[in-house]
Amino acid sequence: MSAARYIHCLKGIIVREAQKFLQQKARFFASLVRPLVWLFIFAAGFRSVLGVSIIPPYQTYVLYEEYITPGLLGMILLFSGMQNSLSMVYDREMGSMRMLLVSPLPRWYLLASKMFAGVCIAVIQVYIFLAIAYFWEVYPPISGYINVLPAVLLSGLMLAALGLLLSSLIKQLENFAGVMNFVIFPMFFASSALYPLWRIRDSSELLYLICKYNPFTYAVELIRFSLYSEFNLQSLAVVIVMLVLFFLVAIYGYNPSRGFMIRKQ
Amino acid sequence: MGYRGATLSEVTPLSVEDVSFSYAKKLILEKISFEVKAGSFCVLLGANGAGKTTLFSLITRLYSPSSGHIVVFGHDINKHSEKALSRLGVVFQNPTLDQDLSIQQNLKYYASLYGISKHETMQMLNDQFPRYLPECRLNQKIHQLSGGQKRRVELMRSLMHQPDLLLLDEPTVGLDINSREAFIAHVRELCSERGIGVLWATHLIDEVGDDDDVIVLHKSKILANDKVLALVNRHGAKSIGDLYLKLTGLESNKWRSDENGIAAGAVR
Repeated sequence: MSAARYIHCLKGIIVREAQKFLQQKARFFASLVRPLVWLFIFAAGFRSVLGVSIIPPYQTYVLYEEYITPGLLGMILLFSGMQNSLSMVYDREMGSMRMLLVSPLPRWYLLASKMFAGVCIAVIQVYIFLAIAYFWEVYPPISGYINVLPAVLLSGLMLAALGLLLSSLIKQLENFAGVMNFVIFPMFFASSALYPLWRIRDSSELLYLICKYNPFTYAVELIRFSLYSEFNLQSLAVVIVMLVLFFLVAIYGYNPSRGFMIRKQ
Repeated sequence: MGYRGATLSEVTPLSVEDVSFSYAKKLILEKISFEVKAGSFCVLLGANGAGKTTLFSLITRLYSPSSGHIVVFGHDINKHSEKALSRLGVVFQNPTLDQDLSIQQNLKYYASLYGISKHETMQMLNDQFPRYLPECRLNQKIHQLSGGQKRRVELMRSLMHQPDLLLLDEPTVGLDINSREAFIAHVRELCSERGIGVLWATHLIDEVGDDDDVIVLHKSKILANDKVLALVNRHGAKSIGDLYLKLTGLESNKWRSDENGIAAGAVR
């Protein structure tokens, strides 16, 4: 197969995701309302209660709204990844997943394209959120808006790969509520999205350790540093390693000879 | 489109060799072997639960066989799946169209999965769409179509990449008599005019023609595999329905019951 065929395929999958997304306008607004509620209400309420000391990448004291913005960007990517997982389970139940899997391009490529398409939609949401946050006194440097893009893409891909992995494990659409309870909320709350790790450590060493081993923490930190045009090697390494790991296990899950697909077809 | 190493007549479109498949310690298919030749209309006849859909899932590499080989135009489906799958067109038993998207959006998406460019796709749609769905518009949503129209969209979709082997798993389920007859006639036409090999899975006896190749699948095994007339004569049966009863050992009244899922009907 020539490279052009791979590109046509990728374009087709991205266009389909965009068309499906536009069909569900409520989903678009819901995905923005969620982090905005956190920014407008939660952060405003906690501004006076929570003080954030000077920690990298910040050069000075920052408002709590500014501190949680990278975490809320992570939240958009996390929910988008899980939404894609839900959409894959739905596609499998509705049958359209079959058409994807019986097409001739390698399965890993098809699944990676589907992941990438979902992340592209999430990136648009991230930038719309950043534009709104600007009017809420969240002022990262101009260069940060550009530098954050690769971090958002990588973090989005890692969370999409996790979603892909979960979609290979979830047997029925109805089981998706369990994912919300056991994956999304623990991942989000047990991370540095809402509070710096040192503050969590002050409260509980165990919670600190959980947060430290949560890959979402590193996705948030990678976004946080990039948004302030700083580089965080540890976060980058963890995000890349987890992306590869989640993706490989997900591919295993979708492998017809070894995986879990047979249970749901 | 796809691999073209040899002419259609030289290479067998589909060769299933000694394929077994088990799941959760249950044997679902046992040592299945058959071939589909170029330009032949091959009916896979079996009651519900006989293993037809599982066999289709194996041929399309949704599952992998526990043992044996599936070879499409000389390519093992598990070793050279890209080359093998590019020669296959598939219509699954359950609808696989995106209900909320339009006919055009669905077909374009499918074409992209086969690496077909936008220009080629549009050309194909302009040529073929009026033939398949003259009463519809390309921007019509799938959920606005009738069952028969959806099936025609699926058939058109399965032919977009010009496959040489067409797999149809109970494609007429849910269609009215007229739609069903028109659908079968069109697939037979594709077979004779374009030389496409067809594997047609069904539990409906009256979809089997006298000149067809038939594979009788019953309780995980193939009971017979030959031309319909040859089999009927060999077993001293009156019709394909009678032959099915003799081979499976089912009684007529039992056969006619829904329990076994084989619908009665005269052989054409």
